[in-house]
Amino acid sequence: MKRWTPKTKTGRRLWAALLWGSAGVFVLAVVQQIAGTRELTSAGTFGASLRLAMPIMLAGLGAVFSERSGIVNIGLEGMMIMGTWFGAWGAWQFSNPWAGVLFGVLGGGLGGLIHAIATVTFAVDHIVSGVAINILAAGGMRFLSAVSYSADSGGGTTQSPHVSGVGTFSLPFLAGGDLFGWRTPDVFGWFESRHWFFISDVGGILRGLTGDLSWLTLVALLLVPLSIWVLWKTPWGLRLRSCGENPYSAESLGVRVLRMKYYGVVISGAMAGLGGTMLVLVQAGIYREGQTAGRGFIGLAALIFGNWNPAGVLAGASLFGFADALRLRSEGAVHALLLFIAVLLALLVVWQLYRRRWVPAAVSGLFAILFLVLYETLSVVPTQFISFTPHLTTLLVLGLATQRLRMPAADGLRYRKGEAV
Amino acid sequence: MSLLAPVGALIFSLLVASIALVLVGFNPLTAFAEMGKFAWSAASLVSISNRAVPLFMSGLAVAIGFKMGLFNIGVEGQYLLAAVFAAYFGAIVNLPPVLHVLFIILVAMIVGALWSGIAGILKVTRGVHEVIATIMLNAIAVGLVAWLLANFFRKVDPGDLNIKTAELPHSAWFPSLNPLLNTIGIPPPPGPTMQGFMLVAIVFGIVFYLLVWRSRYGFELRASGINPDAARMSGVEPSGMVMQTMLLSGALAGLVGLSPLLGYFHRYTQDFPSGLGFTGIAVALLGRNHPVGIFLGALLFGFMDRSALILDLKGIPREIVTIIQGVVVLAVVVAYEVVTRMIQRQEVAAAAEAAKSDAEEVA
Repeated sequence: MKRWTPKTKTGRRLWAALLWGSAGVFVLAVVQQIAGTRELTSAGTFGASLRLAMPIMLAGLGAVFSERSGIVNIGLEGMMIMGTWFGAWGAWQFSNPWAGVLFGVLGGGLGGLIHAIATVTFAVDHIVSGVAINILAAGGMRFLSAVSYSADSGGGTTQSPHVSGVGTFSLPFLAGGDLFGWRTPDVFGWFESRHWFFISDVGGILRGLTGDLSWLTLVALLLVPLSIWVLWKTPWGLRLRSCGENPYSAESLGVRVLRMKYYGVVISGAMAGLGGTMLVLVQAGIYREGQTAGRGFIGLAALIFGNWNPAGVLAGASLFGFADALRLRSEGAVHALLLFIAVLLALLVVWQLYRRRWVPAAVSGLFAILFLVLYETLSVVPTQFISFTPHLTTLLVLGLATQRLRMPAADGLRYRKGEAV
Repeated sequence: MSLLAPVGALIFSLLVASIALVLVGFNPLTAFAEMGKFAWSAASLVSISNRAVPLFMSGLAVAIGFKMGLFNIGVEGQYLLAAVFAAYFGAIVNLPPVLHVLFIILVAMIVGALWSGIAGILKVTRGVHEVIATIMLNAIAVGLVAWLLANFFRKVDPGDLNIKTAELPHSAWFPSLNPLLNTIGIPPPPGPTMQGFMLVAIVFGIVFYLLVWRSRYGFELRASGINPDAARMSGVEPSGMVMQTMLLSGALAGLVGLSPLLGYFHRYTQDFPSGLGFTGIAVALLGRNHPVGIFLGALLFGFMDRSALILDLKGIPREIVTIIQGVVVLAVVVAYEVVTRMIQRQEVAAAAEAAKSDAEEVA
């Protein structure tokens, strides 16, 4: 019997993703049987994962545009902060969440523009400029809060008044959404509530991914295929990418390199701004100082993990969103996460032994044992540790994942027009 | 010429701040005059210098990495972790006065270096960019400090709900500079004393200068920063440089919290100053990674933090200071770039002129 494989490249990739996804769910299902929790695959966890992954994904997706044009963007965090502030302000000022979205995107884009002026026009070191923008954004937004929100508005120096979010929807038939006013059956939810091993886990995950979706989540998800199309199927995308690979060749072929870099960085800021706005409008319902909590940087980690590709960024951001969601769901879930990480690391060890990579296998094995010991000795993960779950996950992923990554060749390099040698 | 960039940037940021103040209905001149007037008192001068010392140390820690293009954004986590360990171990040992302080300094430097070393190892062995690693380590450090404090390092006093470590014995207190103030004819104001850790900071500033500009390590450090490929070709091993510099940077970062710890708080408490690590990045950028520049930058930031206090009393939003600080950092890096390019252009013009006159002589 011949093994069936899809014909096209995209089909093969989707097939691989499906297989890997099922394997991942299976491991999750086994782990939570052992750990005695239902939170790892519950609809609530996966709904929260999706919500929390989107801001990180948007920061990373924006960074794809910036870094593909050759500008490293460490200022994403600051642009995201500007997005949170302007998003909340717009939503509050005009009593309309979509006005908030508009202002959030503009605010982030403004941050991107400042970064572009410094790095493209003045050729300042990209990281220095990015760091400066993070400092400037934090200080600037604090000032704006102080002058914008009086005490009777419910806001203050460190937070905005409460704002209403954009609406949510559930897919009909799959997650019990409404269809022309008729409430359809909730198929995934039914499967989840059966508590059948694996099947209910799949049901819970799909229910979380298809139910109570924010419209902004949909917008963010659609930006992924749109970005792939723009960057890889249009002349504009080719020009942008050529600026990040070899700007002097691009210049000799008549590409306006400086302008393309401006586009890349401003788009990057706008997307990070949208990510910040989502934190306000979808997650919190309010702007708070320090709300981004390093998500801009985690987005940058997702960019690296995703090998500077939009689909990879989505995968990385989902991982970090999952860790973030577990942290917010329950302490037991983070405890089970320790076991899950230990199992994943053990599988990684097997793979590395198979590839005869002895030293990495030993290191991964050491970490696997460490997490197993932590799981066994701590009956509850200390609350202080739960706060940094996503950050530790980021470090572990970047430190232990295989590094077959390639950044754009001229990424982070100074470019001056007409200086080709 | 070297002052042109920072002064220009400062004027530019004052302009931006003035526009911001006018837009929200305040007179910028009044605001700046009040700030200047308030800062010109003995109490303010002591406060400014006390604020400047940890910022100076933080700036040094950042600058040593910047010198080779290594970005240690993790000074924040490194100094907080170092401070809590220093406070705990300083309180449980019994040592004679000078030795006790030296012991605490050593503990703080080791803890800071170990924490930054994680980022160094990740960069050297796994190619993880140090900016991301150190940012993540900051978040982890904050959690670790809270956990250590709550579970292991806490000193419970009856009737006191504050989470804090035990008080350091007097042998670990750093003497104040108030007697010195007396001898130069400025009577020390009541309230917080002028912290003596400033002397240690000055020593480290001099050591920093000698290390970076007068030692072989410093030469290799700067060479790696200016042209990493050329440095590697001439035998500077990049991963070794990264590791050494990261450890040094972390060790310096460990000292950031010692001035408030040994001179004022004498214990680690929940209201121990935070954010010094991030401000240190701004100070290092402002001072262009030179000890004298960092010293001036730290004084400027100390002055702004102190004089902001008067604005609230006058009904002016004191957050305007954060605008000035943010804009000045960005403006200064742009200004340095512009000035560098102006100098290059002059050199090119001068060389062209010289070549031309040479050619005329030959003809």
